[in-house]
Amino acid sequence: MNNIKKMLGLVWMLLGPAIIIFLIQQAVEKIGLSPVGIERTNTTLQWAIIILIFIPIGAGLVIFGKYAWQGEYEKLP
Amino acid sequence: MRTDQKNASQGITQVIAASSLGTLIEWYDFYIFGSLAVIIGQQLFPSDAGASALINTLAIFAAGFIVRPFGALVFGRLGDLIGRKYTFLLTLVLMGGSTFLIGLIPSYESIGYAAPILVLILRLVQGLALGGEYGGAATYVAEHAPVGRRGFFTSWIQTTATLGLFLSLGVILLTKQIIGDDAFSSWGWRVPFLLSILLVGVSIYIRMKMHESPVFTKLKAEGKVSANPLKESFQKKANFKMVLLALFGATMGQGVIWYTGQFYAQSFLENTCKIDFNESRYILLWAILFATPFFVIFGAWSDRVGRKWIMLTGMLLGVFCYRPIYQYFFDTTNVTELQKSVSVETSRIHTERGYVSGTRDSITTVRKYKELANGITFTEATVTVLPDDVLAPVPEVQTLISEVKLPQKEYIIFILLVFFQVLLVTMVYGPIAAFLVELFPTQIRYTSMSLPYHIGNGVFGGLVPFIATLIASFNGSTPLSGLWYPIGIAALSCVIGAVYINNDVHKQAME
Repeated sequence: MNNIKKMLGLVWMLLGPAIIIFLIQQAVEKIGLSPVGIERTNTTLQWAIIILIFIPIGAGLVIFGKYAWQGEYEKLP
Repeated sequence: MRTDQKNASQGITQVIAASSLGTLIEWYDFYIFGSLAVIIGQQLFPSDAGASALINTLAIFAAGFIVRPFGALVFGRLGDLIGRKYTFLLTLVLMGGSTFLIGLIPSYESIGYAAPILVLILRLVQGLALGGEYGGAATYVAEHAPVGRRGFFTSWIQTTATLGLFLSLGVILLTKQIIGDDAFSSWGWRVPFLLSILLVGVSIYIRMKMHESPVFTKLKAEGKVSANPLKESFQKKANFKMVLLALFGATMGQGVIWYTGQFYAQSFLENTCKIDFNESRYILLWAILFATPFFVIFGAWSDRVGRKWIMLTGMLLGVFCYRPIYQYFFDTTNVTELQKSVSVETSRIHTERGYVSGTRDSITTVRKYKELANGITFTEATVTVLPDDVLAPVPEVQTLISEVKLPQKEYIIFILLVFFQVLLVTMVYGPIAAFLVELFPTQIRYTSMSLPYHIGNGVFGGLVPFIATLIASFNGSTPLSGLWYPIGIAALSCVIGAVYINNDVHKQAME
């Protein structure tokens, strides 16, 4: 089980940046598709808030993966 | 000995009642804004659709996704420094005060842009207060509960989010019934907001009489209160790794199951299945009514078998059952397709003619009231727009389905299927307060448990409608494609929880 915990740690470390890259790609696409004017400002604002909040979450997933890889979750209270 | 037990039991009942009542009122305050958003938009926002949408975005996104987790940090820290009782009293005052003040804001016609700006500020204060309330109430109750009963006691707090939704709908419907629709739209919508001050007043009075949590009082007496709870929670590896585990292995999955079962279900029935407005609400209300006791049942059961597997089973069932459930909803109400295979009768036809607002293009709407042989009734509106320009190529024709009503058998099946989804909510949500408080030591418990809870629910859960709509916009998507978001997040959380979470924490005494 401890090996699985460690190996999955690598997956979480890769997943964090992958989510952020995916969200940025989507943001660029959806902002580009929205009509120029206040609607584009609105779409930009929505995506800016989402990316702003997901960057620390993605970073948290990387740290979680790192801890798992280092064996921090082998013994828990 | 028996008298002591009786006193202790009475004490814990008061603790649960006082904490739950305050949390219930906070949820009530938070939900009435959502339930009355359309009227607030008409009364307090500019009529310019673009500007209005922008303010709405800030109110919904900023209050839910940024301010709620921020409130968790601000009040969590305060709760670990000065105590649980005074902190969750403060959040109650902030929530009640801001809700009351929303009810007093003059209309946009009277004070212009100051109205939506005030709404936005007060909505942000609501988000901040909600971020601080839940962790305090859960911690306070759990720190009064004996080992082996924490799941049961804290599960009462867990019912409040659902009951708050009930209370808000109930107060709104009752006010409407008493004063009538027109008066409600003009001034009566303020009543549920103003009423909040009374509810909060009662709750503050009850909470003022409560004592500080015994575990925190002991910690304070021993001089062991944390000097910097934020630093200890998020910079100390031993604690931070548990914060991350709580978020990715539990609250993230719990948040999406919660929002899918209680909000996405209603939105899907109303917007995709086109079920009649009242009927879709009654389906949800019945489902919630029958499922609510299970918060307590699963909370109590988790004291015996542990929190982990009950929560993860709820997530796993969601992963496997959402697609077939929503497929059934969609197939049963897809009247456009059903008309091709089932005989249909038209009971009435109504035609309206007019002009498209602001143009000379004529518009004709033909409404057909139809009934399928299987008992489903619906309205089919064919809208034809004829451009004023005679050289324009073809008239624009649109067919819209609305007011789908189900026969009794299907109505009951729909209630059962929504009930099943809310049952999954009770499985993941019933034990989670106890799970979170047990994960962290007393000196940083309020701070450490509040953040993952509000990121899980506010961000991952709150984004269900937005991401579901985003996925539905991809090429080749179907009306069910949006479900991949809650399914994916619940599956990920389930894997992380199954591999990393320990199931024996509930047996330990809290430090």
